[in-house]
Amino acid sequence: MCLAVPGRVMEVEGAEPAFLRGKVDFGGVLKEVAFPFTPQVKPGEYVLVHAGFALQVVDEAEARKTLDDLKQLGMLDDEPEGPA
Amino acid sequence: MKFLDEYRDGELVKELGRRIAAAATRDWTIMEVCGGQTHTILKTGLEGLLPGNVQLVHGPGCPVCVTPLELIDAAVEIALKPGAVFTSFGDMLRVPGSRLSLFDARARGADVRIVYSPLDAVELARRMPEREVVFFAVGFETTAPANAMAVWQAARTGVSNFSILTAHVLVPPAMEAVLASPECRVQAFLAPGHVCTVDGYEQYEAVAERYGVPVVVTGFEPVDLMEGLLAAVRQLEDGRAEVENRYARAVKREGNQEARRIVAEVFETSSRKWRGIGAIPNSGLKLRPAYARFDALKRFGARTGEVAEPEQCQAGRVLQGLLKPTACAAFGTHCTPDHPLGAPMVSSEGACAAYYLYGGRDE
Ligand code: SF4
Repeated sequence: MCLAVPGRVMEVEGAEPAFLRGKVDFGGVLKEVAFPFTPQVKPGEYVLVHAGFALQVVDEAEARKTLDDLKQLGMLDDEPEGPA
Repeated sequence: MKFLDEYRDGELVKELGRRIAAAATRDWTIMEVCGGQTHTILKTGLEGLLPGNVQLVHGPGCPVCVTPLELIDAAVEIALKPGAVFTSFGDMLRVPGSRLSLFDARARGADVRIVYSPLDAVELARRMPEREVVFFAVGFETTAPANAMAVWQAARTGVSNFSILTAHVLVPPAMEAVLASPECRVQAFLAPGHVCTVDGYEQYEAVAERYGVPVVVTGFEPVDLMEGLLAAVRQLEDGRAEVENRYARAVKREGNQEARRIVAEVFETSSRKWRGIGAIPNSGLKLRPAYARFDALKRFGARTGEVAEPEQCQAGRVLQGLLKPTACAAFGTHCTPDHPLGAPMVSSEGACAAYYLYGGRDE
């Protein structure tokens, strides 16, 4: 139930922050998502979605840093492969 | 998919397993609190990559599993009322009540519908003003903002035929309940990443300090989980007990302020009974008086009396990490996903279902 899935924001609509909505692309599947908790979000950014709400904008710099750290440890040679 | 595939790299997961084996010089028992993480661990066979001296135990983080039997009965009672439309996330439908599940109620003519978001339930209420639409508000901190926002939007837009049956639970008091048990073997925690996405991780600092346990905030993919375990083992080996965030792409120390604000506006903390475990102080959420008119229990006058659990079911001990599901005598015989005795065999986050579906490492 606590699963939240990352997806790419396609559009954001609405005037009042509490009622912001729009479409998010989950690997080709588009879904309607509410954005009251990420009112600054812009199309192209990634959000974590749970129960129809974006809970957070994925921090791309932090994501890159985690993977860079693993690379430095010699655990990741170059670009990661697809799913195991 | 970006932000998923790179955290599922099989070679990296194996390498992390080797690092954990190299780091662990003694026996350690680590609990992952969240049932979603339990399922990833079993589904991807991560336990098989860990050294024998690092033992995982599975925690109470399955909201479906800990929703009290009396509330399932109340849900069934409400769903069967004429004119009611009962909406819920799909997971709740097959959970056995003391007599019926919501699925059984549907077979008897109740209008029970699965929704993807609580906002879908509000929308249904708007479209069907002659019906009473109820949403089963189950979940941890992760789900509370969505449910709070649904109530707030219903209030704001004058949707009066909408109400919620509240069964919200909170993670930190449950962790303390696990730690306070005299039988507790847990030496470190993986804290549930998406609960922390909403609520941050300040509140775990007191737990780590008071009980001397490392708490590592961890994501949901195999690389995330192995990295979290490596961090936990390193802390244990060094004798440290810190809160460490290994899910920085999704979690900030203060969480999501907007989400926390709406939860605090609509809900207040209350004592809550956890199915199989018992009452835990300040471990639940209830509607604040200003939103009490959205309380389905009051609106329908549903009963919530105590009811007895099936005797064979050991769910309470499973949920506290005291018993592996396979050690329950009913596991796989009297209790299967098709004929469950307890909720952990039904839920997609339940440990019993995970062991039934994927198998697991014996102790
Ligand atoms: S296997 Fe079934 S009966 Fe045993 S603890 Fe799990 S849910 Fe309960």
